[in-house]
Amino acid sequence: METLKPVLARHPFVEGLKDEYYELLEGCASNAVFKADRFIFREGDEANQFYLIRHGKVGLEIFGAERGPITIMTLGEGEVLGWSWLFPPYRWRFDARAIELTRAIALDGQCLRGKCEQDHELGYELMKRVARVVEGRLQATRLQLLNEYASSP
Amino acid sequence: MTAGDAHPMTPEPWRIERVRRETHDTFTAELSPANGRRELPFEPGQFNMLYAFGVGEVPISISGDPARTERIVHTTRAVGAVTQAMARLGRGDVLGLRGPFGNRWPVDDFEGSDVVLVAGGIGLAPLRPALYRILARRAEYGRVVLLYGTRTPTDILYLKELEQWRGRLDLDVKVTVDRGMAGWRGDVGVVTRLISRAAFDTASAVALICGPEIMMRFSVAELGQRGLPAERVFVSMERNMKCALGFCGHCQFGADFICKDGPVFPFSRVERLLRVREV
Amino acid sequence: METAQSNQVSVFEHVQLESLLDALGRRGYEVIGPTIRDGAIVYDRLNSAADLPIGWTDEQEGGRYRLAKRNDDALFGYAVGPHSWKRILHPPVQRLWSATRREQGFEIKPEKVEPRKVAFLGVRSCELHAIQIQDKILMGGAYVDPGYKVRRENTLIIAVNCGQAGGTCFCVSMNTGPRVQAGFDVALTEVLEGGRHYFVAQVGTELGNEILDEVPHREAEASEIAAAGKAVEHAAQQMGRSMDTIDIKGLLYRNYEHPRWDNVASRCLTCGNCTAVCPTCFCTTVEDVTDLAGEHAERWQKWDFCFTMDFSYIHGGSVRSSAKSRYRQWMTHKLATWIDQFGTSGCVGCGRCITWCPVAIDITEEVRAIREAERQPEDLAPEGSHGNA
Repeated sequence: METLKPVLARHPFVEGLKDEYYELLEGCASNAVFKADRFIFREGDEANQFYLIRHGKVGLEIFGAERGPITIMTLGEGEVLGWSWLFPPYRWRFDARAIELTRAIALDGQCLRGKCEQDHELGYELMKRVARVVEGRLQATRLQLLNEYASSP
Repeated sequence: MTAGDAHPMTPEPWRIERVRRETHDTFTAELSPANGRRELPFEPGQFNMLYAFGVGEVPISISGDPARTERIVHTTRAVGAVTQAMARLGRGDVLGLRGPFGNRWPVDDFEGSDVVLVAGGIGLAPLRPALYRILARRAEYGRVVLLYGTRTPTDILYLKELEQWRGRLDLDVKVTVDRGMAGWRGDVGVVTRLISRAAFDTASAVALICGPEIMMRFSVAELGQRGLPAERVFVSMERNMKCALGFCGHCQFGADFICKDGPVFPFSRVERLLRVREV
Repeated sequence: METAQSNQVSVFEHVQLESLLDALGRRGYEVIGPTIRDGAIVYDRLNSAADLPIGWTDEQEGGRYRLAKRNDDALFGYAVGPHSWKRILHPPVQRLWSATRREQGFEIKPEKVEPRKVAFLGVRSCELHAIQIQDKILMGGAYVDPGYKVRRENTLIIAVNCGQAGGTCFCVSMNTGPRVQAGFDVALTEVLEGGRHYFVAQVGTELGNEILDEVPHREAEASEIAAAGKAVEHAAQQMGRSMDTIDIKGLLYRNYEHPRWDNVASRCLTCGNCTAVCPTCFCTTVEDVTDLAGEHAERWQKWDFCFTMDFSYIHGGSVRSSAKSRYRQWMTHKLATWIDQFGTSGCVGCGRCITWCPVAIDITEEVRAIREAERQPEDLAPEGSHGNA
């Protein structure tokens, strides 16, 4: 069977890591495929995975009884899905649903946390990358909040 | 000059040939000269002053194809007294028109480069002529990317045309909305999120941005992270405008008159003053 | 405008000013000049030299203007009042066109500006500069204001050198006076000395020459020319204000965020008086009006003021909602961005904005304050230099 390492190493999130870290990460990795409309995870479930999206489109949604499902953001190729695996209580806060057929590398959260604890250099490197993602999402959310296209601000 | 010369503030009558409702608050009107006298050559990025009889006059960007000047196309958002009056007009009605005014998107200067167009909301209207111009000479450009964000799926302009463009192999079209709704399977998220995912050569690409001012600033920052310098990012600015001739003084932004020195500026030229409040 | 060949300087007695007015009248000119109305010297139609403010002067300070009696019968013994010639060349209100609804749309009839010969009597050097600045703006660019052009081309200018400066004058530092240099048909200097009262006249154009020929005059003697020179020199020495214009553009471009703008905003009433009295301020707005039946529409152009909220209104709100930003716009435009736009300062040092400001804001003082603060950067430690949310 083909090893996951070269596939993993091509993903922008882990681009430029030391080669030995790809092997460490590979130890936590598995292939994941989600058909269109399949839920990848549900709000409240245990957050065990960190997905590096290789292909497809994922909607991050939440459901309100009076509003139905609300998609707050979509994620695609080259992006990552999920950071609840990193912080207690390790529970998802949103639903994630594949909008199209989606392929991803799933990294086991517990495994990843363990590697990071063992090797703080890897931990710091990954933390910086997650923080960059979080920062980007926060800036986007702020712009979204500004509701710039509204008729009356 | 004789005493009888018309003031450049005098509009000419143009007849509405067709009106298409784009969204709940925007409409596209095709106009032809009512006095049958002339065509109106224009450059992508330019605007006209449109006058609704007895109500007033507003600057509206030209959103049609610069290669087809027998009709002038304007997409307008009905948000004020004048544009709301225009929204009530239909085929056969007459508008006053002065123009075209302002400078152009510099697409002709960047042949050979990749072009990234970033549009927010009604900002797609002023960018559309630039895209028409590029597509007319498609072979002269590298990759061409259109990134377009609106508030909701019902706010998307030129939906059919977007679908056609998206079907082209030589055009990368990405559309996103701030708020999704039932049945929307496209992207959700602000338009700036599309920038990091778009494929273009940062060493040579040129970006043209049109939308609300904050959206444009965020877009410039995102393009900057991709390595695009502010000299190769162009934005279209909006300020109060009464005459479009450089006489009324309203549209000043620092030393520039938006009406004649703009509306298109390299971001590097306006960057400093955009950081100062209330210029 | 042709330049007359003659460098000859002439002299006529003050009573002959009436002959000058007669000569203008015979040529069909309506004469506009200084006259007293409502306690101020304004520009209005003159029927005879007797309409001039004979024996009057003005006392000007920040926020203060008073007429006072002179102890002589000088005809031009004052500086400038609230009016400037832009009232005539670039009127406060004018109709641009009218339109009538037709079965198919509407028909627009442009307003005709009929050529009307007008002679300006008593144009000061600062005002000549102001007229030349407005010429550049309204007829020197890609578009021409046809009404302005017609009025301008039918205007004859009798300039008068200043023999006395006002308390708010600073033309010397703006390099715009007090001696007129160019752009006039005839330039006069009024001289009162040793019991005599006469005008030394210099011709600027052939037309000016022809008109002067109809006024009893003779060639000026060296002593008379010297006396005229002394009068103007006296005005130059009397400047009530001064402005350091070295690198003024750079100074203001560097200081958009200067705390002085908050200081001036705490005093400024944003009334717009300064722009109304300024001889170069050119901004206008447009009013499209219609009758009740909606059959007839008109477009009017009116002076507008960058001190209003509406001035910068775009969909959603006013770009310059604070008084600080509006004063900064006015002053930065006048003294800095104007230079980039039109190759000249927008300020001619006439002092009107200082005199007519109800709270005596002084443009020369505001420039000085910013300049001084820049020289002492330690007083301006930036606030909140930390933090980037």
